[in-house]
Amino acid sequence: MDVPAISTRDLVRSFKPRRSVGREERSPIVALDGVTLQVAPGQLFGLLGRNGAGKTTLIKILVTLLLPTSGDAKVAGFDVVADAPRVREKITMVSGGEHTGYGILTVREQLWMFARFYGMPSRAAKQRIDELLEVVGLYDERDRKVGELSTGMRQKMNIVRGLLPDPEILFLDEPTVGLDVGAARDIRAYIKSWIAAKDGRTILLTTHYMHEAEELCDRVAIIHKGRLIADDSPAALRRRAAGGSAFLLTTESLDGAVALDRLRGVRQVAARAVDGRTELRLVLEDDGVISSVVQALADARRRILSLEKVEPSLEDVFVRTVGERFDEPGSEG
Amino acid sequence: MSVRAVPRATGFTRIVRAAHGRAYPRLIGNFRDKTWTVYEILLPLLGTFAFVYVYKALHAPDRFVGYVIMGGAMTAVWMNVMWMMASQLWWEKKDGNLELHMIAPCGLLPILLGMSVGGIFMASVRAVSVVLLGSIAFHVSYSLTNIPAFVLVFVVALIGLYALGVTLSSLFLVWGREAWHTTQIFIEPVYLVSGIYFPVRALGFATGMIASVIPLTLALDAMRQLLYPNTHPKLLALWVEIAILAVLDVILILIARTSLKKMELMARREGRLGQES
Repeated sequence: MDVPAISTRDLVRSFKPRRSVGREERSPIVALDGVTLQVAPGQLFGLLGRNGAGKTTLIKILVTLLLPTSGDAKVAGFDVVADAPRVREKITMVSGGEHTGYGILTVREQLWMFARFYGMPSRAAKQRIDELLEVVGLYDERDRKVGELSTGMRQKMNIVRGLLPDPEILFLDEPTVGLDVGAARDIRAYIKSWIAAKDGRTILLTTHYMHEAEELCDRVAIIHKGRLIADDSPAALRRRAAGGSAFLLTTESLDGAVALDRLRGVRQVAARAVDGRTELRLVLEDDGVISSVVQALADARRRILSLEKVEPSLEDVFVRTVGERFDEPGSEG
Repeated sequence: MSVRAVPRATGFTRIVRAAHGRAYPRLIGNFRDKTWTVYEILLPLLGTFAFVYVYKALHAPDRFVGYVIMGGAMTAVWMNVMWMMASQLWWEKKDGNLELHMIAPCGLLPILLGMSVGGIFMASVRAVSVVLLGSIAFHVSYSLTNIPAFVLVFVVALIGLYALGVTLSSLFLVWGREAWHTTQIFIEPVYLVSGIYFPVRALGFATGMIASVIPLTLALDAMRQLLYPNTHPKLLALWVEIAILAVLDVILILIARTSLKKMELMARREGRLGQES
């Protein structure tokens, strides 16, 4: 069996609030509370959560910037505490809203500097930088000073920095935060193409944006108040949130002619009359049950006017799992 | 995204490449932002000139003007160590670069080495500029006969000072603004006890020896001995001072390495590596 790209077991991280003069000592803040997860090589794993949920704390532990209070974490099979240098050989990290680097350098020089930190030879690094800048559409800006770049351009440059050493595992912490629609879409496209280009590449992505997780991730975990409260494929999470497979079906007026809720596999039926038709909201055990419904309507000589599978969004999943809206106020920064 | 991967070196080659990479912004910065000529040469020169006029008003021997010029040159070096080395990790943390430096596989030491190499180049240019401008302005003459020894003292002093800078910089991994106070302790008092503008022997032998913990003290005394071989009131014999400086270099490098390791661990434990507001 493959070594998991990322694995954690009962990971806890608490922070002691800094003491200020004249104030009582406050109790520690628990940022991560027993997080256990496994990410297989090749997965694009999304971590969803509100501000202060523990996403960034988890990433910082995994990239060796922070020690856990207790529990274990491994990246590429190496312990993030005992084997931090080996973990660093395998990873890179790109955060959203980064204004890193040196404004006095040009884009190309800045990326070259980071390439040197990874031991890349100068000429080959420059060649790769040019290739990647071409891919992200920043080649024409290569000789522009970093300090003069727009936010979107800067983030594209940061993405290039993250991809430059060809890491096994890429950590993306809110990579599209604060970007305009076009730049965010471009970045999502590079992420998708990067992971698809070579087997075994893994990405752990934290995001605020549900549609981003829907579009990119093979698997999604929801973190809330430092705990992992859901972890599955987006489709499975949606199915679970809906309580089964959901369909919206419009048929000729039923007037109680068919008792659909008695059919095997039908969990829930909500009917309402609309312009002489009946609109049915069905929750079924699985997609296959819809054939029994269609058959029952045919037996009752009712024509089906429309049939649509209803997918709850990840936003719905979040609300149902956490019990709060994703963007509800009061979240911590 | 089919872009071919580039082989990555490890070990010593990577250390050299990483140091080269981090030295680059400092080296290139000299040519792109020339404001340093004002605040790192002209401004220290003004302070230096003030001391020259004190000695002139007292009709002190000419060699005192030379002492002050040398002190001014080493001030430029000392300021560079304090501002561009010791506190550099604070700036890196503030700009969010520190996290990227920390997770780079080369480790922090080669990056600090690169900063030091870039800093040594900058400081040397500044020191030479102060000596040239000061000497021309006040028609200072030196009786320097042993140039290799003079260069040796300067190089050995720079290594020790930058190792001290790395040690201080490690404090900024854990303490942010609080570390400023520590840095401040090392600025003004050092001007006094290292004898920047006067022969350190004037403070007495014991005080001079205690002040020798800072490489600046013995370096200045040794350089003054070389510039004024017969008249300078030395603290110790020239080669003894050079030997002590060399030993200090080794000790300070070891302290820097240990301190950096310990502070990195502490910073990871306490979550202090992130960007400060």
